[in-house]
Amino acid sequence: MAVLVIADHDNESLFDATHKTVTAAAAFGGDIDVLVAGKDASGVAEAAAKIDGVRKVLHADGEPYEKQLAEAMEALVVPLMDGYDAVFAPATTMGKNCAPRIAAKLDVMQLSDISDVIDADTFERPIYAGNAMMTVKSSDAKKVVTVRGASFDAAGEGGSASVETIDAPAGPFKSAFVEERIVQSDRPELTSAKRIVSGGRALGSKEDFEKYITPLADKLGAGIGASRAAVDAGYAPNDYQVGQTGKIVAPELYIAIGISGAIQHLAGMKDSKIIVAINKDEEAPIFQVADYGLVADLFNAVPELTDAL
Amino acid sequence: MKVLVPVKRVIDYNVKVRVKSDESGVDLANVKMSMNPFDEISVEEAVRLKEKGVVEEVVVVSIGPQQAQETLRTALAMGADRGILVKTDETVEPLAVAKILQKVVGEENPDLVILGKQAIDDDSNQTGQMLGALLDWPQGTFASEVVVEDGKITVTREIDGGLQTLALETPAIITTDLRLNEPRYASLPNIMKAKKKPIDEKAPGDYGVDTAARLSVVKVTEPPEREAGEKVEDVAELVSKLKTKGAI
Ligand SMILES: Cc1cc2nc3c(=O)[nH]c(=O)nc-3n(C[C@H](O)[C@H](O)[C@H](O)COP(=O)(O)OP(=O)(O)OC[C@H]3O[C@@H](n4cnc5c(N)ncnc54)[C@H](O)[C@@H]3O)c2cc1C
Ligand SMILES: Nc1ncnc2c1ncn2[C@@H]1O[C@H](COP(=O)(O)O)[C@@H](O)[C@H]1O
Repeated sequence: MAVLVIADHDNESLFDATHKTVTAAAAFGGDIDVLVAGKDASGVAEAAAKIDGVRKVLHADGEPYEKQLAEAMEALVVPLMDGYDAVFAPATTMGKNCAPRIAAKLDVMQLSDISDVIDADTFERPIYAGNAMMTVKSSDAKKVVTVRGASFDAAGEGGSASVETIDAPAGPFKSAFVEERIVQSDRPELTSAKRIVSGGRALGSKEDFEKYITPLADKLGAGIGASRAAVDAGYAPNDYQVGQTGKIVAPELYIAIGISGAIQHLAGMKDSKIIVAINKDEEAPIFQVADYGLVADLFNAVPELTDAL
Repeated sequence: MKVLVPVKRVIDYNVKVRVKSDESGVDLANVKMSMNPFDEISVEEAVRLKEKGVVEEVVVVSIGPQQAQETLRTALAMGADRGILVKTDETVEPLAVAKILQKVVGEENPDLVILGKQAIDDDSNQTGQMLGALLDWPQGTFASEVVVEDGKITVTREIDGGLQTLALETPAIITTDLRLNEPRYASLPNIMKAKKKPIDEKAPGDYGVDTAARLSVVKVTEPPEREAGEKVEDVAELVSKLKTKGAI
């Protein structure tokens, strides 16, 4: 058996979600090759070659792969699948965007956002915002899988696989990249952060979100998250959203501040190791999952906590 | 321009689902059902394009049981023009949904299909992308802004690191994210008007699509229960507990 893992990266660094996907692929079994499709991303290909358990890295280079356009990724991966029993992609926005196109072209039903590999045909995945866990058996000959990062540990980096350059279809494709607004920050990325401070609607404004959440996160070296309500209101950017339809996180420490704990939010953070909730309503559902709950006004409690650290 | 909007009838997002004790699935008996929230956003976007004069006709389609007609009526009350119900009592997986939609597209010839990014029951996040591949159309998934101008579609997408803008040739697929718009509530007169709008009834067989499931459910179980912990009195106690735990 052989599995192709699609790497997620920004042409400069390889994202941790790739290492987690390799762990899931190893549980599936067989030889693991990693596809690095990008533009001038040979550094990423070399990084992928270091992941433990990888047989070889396939490196495809070209303009349309700089942003891993879905139409291009489909054209690249589908022919490669003659040599593989499965393709695993991280359930990041890259993987979610590309994998189903590959599945449709292979005429297989994708297994989305898996949380466990039971055997080569059987996988576990959350449904209904994680309120139920479904185990399904696939009857398709080839498997197309996206992997929930929060459910798998990252594979180590002691390997030394070979890197093979492969041809990549050059297009033209029917979509074109225009621009990107990516905020560069030194803050840990949410899905791999060890600690997360998350703010909700109660923050009331972008200014107060920054004034109260950022210093605490700085003190803890934490990533910053937000509820949908805080993002919708413009207090925090969209990529901060934690939840069923945002990012799924499982840090060592998650501090929810002024977040009520709707099921859609819990879906994204309830696998965190330690959950702290600060909310002035003692009945807030967030307290049902919190290890430590503080019933308090955040505008007093958060500065006090920041100072105490 | 013509837009097709697939809408799915799902368990209402406010309902906390219960897993059946025989582990065969979740209990849907007497549970409130609604239009998938992302599909409301799709319908709203299509109707706004129509109000702007960019789009002439908005057709909504649902694959599901007889009651999915109510979901179509909701979309018609929001401003869609007509509906297609592809009636089936079976669970239809995203791949088969995409194949049926491919056939509907063949008959209707829309310039744009707007789907939700994700159905909140199966949380698959697949159908739009699959349809894009089957049709060989470009896609703009997780859209937070859509601009249609001179036959070109510009879509701003919510991605992990921020926002990304793509230009798509038409015809194209769009899947909607939460920030695209705020769906309207249908007014009473529009609900009344919607009752007279046509809904065509079809079956998967009419499209020659095999809807046999590729995935068989082994079991559906409760997620591991998380115990509520303790309330702390003040910040000082919180800090000391976290220190004891080695969390800070
Ligand atoms: C299709 C769909 C998808 C969704 N996806 C997501 C998702 O991915 N992620 C997500 O988060 N949500 C999601 N939601 C939204 C979710 O249902 C909730 O609406 C949202 O999580 C609420 O955000 P909140 O807790 O910040 O706001 P609220 O529910 O308004 O809670 C604010 C909390 O702050 C407390 N508070 C107020 N003032 C103070 C104060 N001074 N000090 C301390 N506490 C205070 C209040 O007691 C309250 O508990 C989704 C909804 C839908 C329909
Ligand atoms: N049975 C269905 N009928 C109509 N549209 C559907 C159906 N299933 C999925 N869709 C569409 O596909 C989107 C994504 O669904 P999914 O891939 O299941 O997460 C939904 O938001 C709908 O727009």
